[in-house]
Amino acid sequence: MTPQSTTLPAGARAPAFTLPVTADQSVSLSDFAGKPVILAFYPADWSPVCGDQMALYNEVLSEFRKHDAVLLGVSVDGPWCHAAFTASRKLHFPLLSDFEPKGAVSSAYGAYRQREGTSERALFVIDGDGIIRWSYLSPIAVNPGADGILEALEALDGVKA
Amino acid sequence: MTSPQTLKPPVNDNDHALGNSDAPVTLVEYGDYECPHCARAHPRVKALQKRFGDRMRFVFRNFPLSEVHPHALHAAQAAESVSAHANAVAFWKMHDLLFENAQEHEDALDDDHLVTYARAAGTNGEEVQLDLERGAFSEQVRADFLSGVRSGVNGTPTFFINGVRYDGDWSTVATFAADIESAMTAAVS
Repeated sequence: MTPQSTTLPAGARAPAFTLPVTADQSVSLSDFAGKPVILAFYPADWSPVCGDQMALYNEVLSEFRKHDAVLLGVSVDGPWCHAAFTASRKLHFPLLSDFEPKGAVSSAYGAYRQREGTSERALFVIDGDGIIRWSYLSPIAVNPGADGILEALEALDGVKA
Repeated sequence: MTSPQTLKPPVNDNDHALGNSDAPVTLVEYGDYECPHCARAHPRVKALQKRFGDRMRFVFRNFPLSEVHPHALHAAQAAESVSAHANAVAFWKMHDLLFENAQEHEDALDDDHLVTYARAAGTNGEEVQLDLERGAFSEQVRADFLSGVRSGVNGTPTFFINGVRYDGDWSTVATFAADIESAMTAAVS
């Protein structure tokens, strides 16, 4: 299956958003101004494999934090679904619900699959000023891993230094 | 990330390697002792070793997904500890015991069982117990894990054939063997 989207490229301003992270709390991109933000769009909670993308990022989280970066997962699953998934996989980072209006934020980033009604598997590294510094659209069935994110964060540190 | 993912760092003296170091093919596995897919891969790797003999070297690196597999980290550390206190033969015996027993029941890789396997592999067990308690090999296992992340490992098991990530079908020995055979042909020609 080939990607159906054209994701926002490096250099573009990251579209602002506010999304639910639990049933009664929301987060906004602007909450993290000054810090790198990793946005990881993915198709759905509960993919039936061990080393799924979110489980992998959970294990690499401390490396992301060395760059002071914040990781946010985004899918169209609702907050209760995310809560159950987070508890099951012991995730230590927030999952945002692009649930209503469905897929609006994913679409704004060029990371929405109209046909299936899910987010793409797309990654964005956004700098502290809200500019996308790196983006990657993965084939939907392929876990893109974490090496690209780490390289992008290192490049950001290089620019700052 | 569209170019083939390559092994970083390449196979070196710090690796656990089994077989002929001059073999035309080196097969590297990043694995997790508590991962059921890795347990399934284990007899397949054995079959390949038997099939290729001196023509294939096998290397194992740790990639424990410790949040989903609560015993994976200690299992990896226990194997490293056995290697340090005994020798390579003991390490591979431990490696086999871990994969062969891991899926038997929920506690098959708890610390008590790990120490039992470590004894069976040829250590006195106490040193391994102590190493687990003080996390003696936690950095080494983490280094393996991070090398996997850098190499594009995105789940377990992930294999590399002569340093290039294998995205084919490892679960069918015939397919896997044919792909290794091609790499062998490419390496010697």
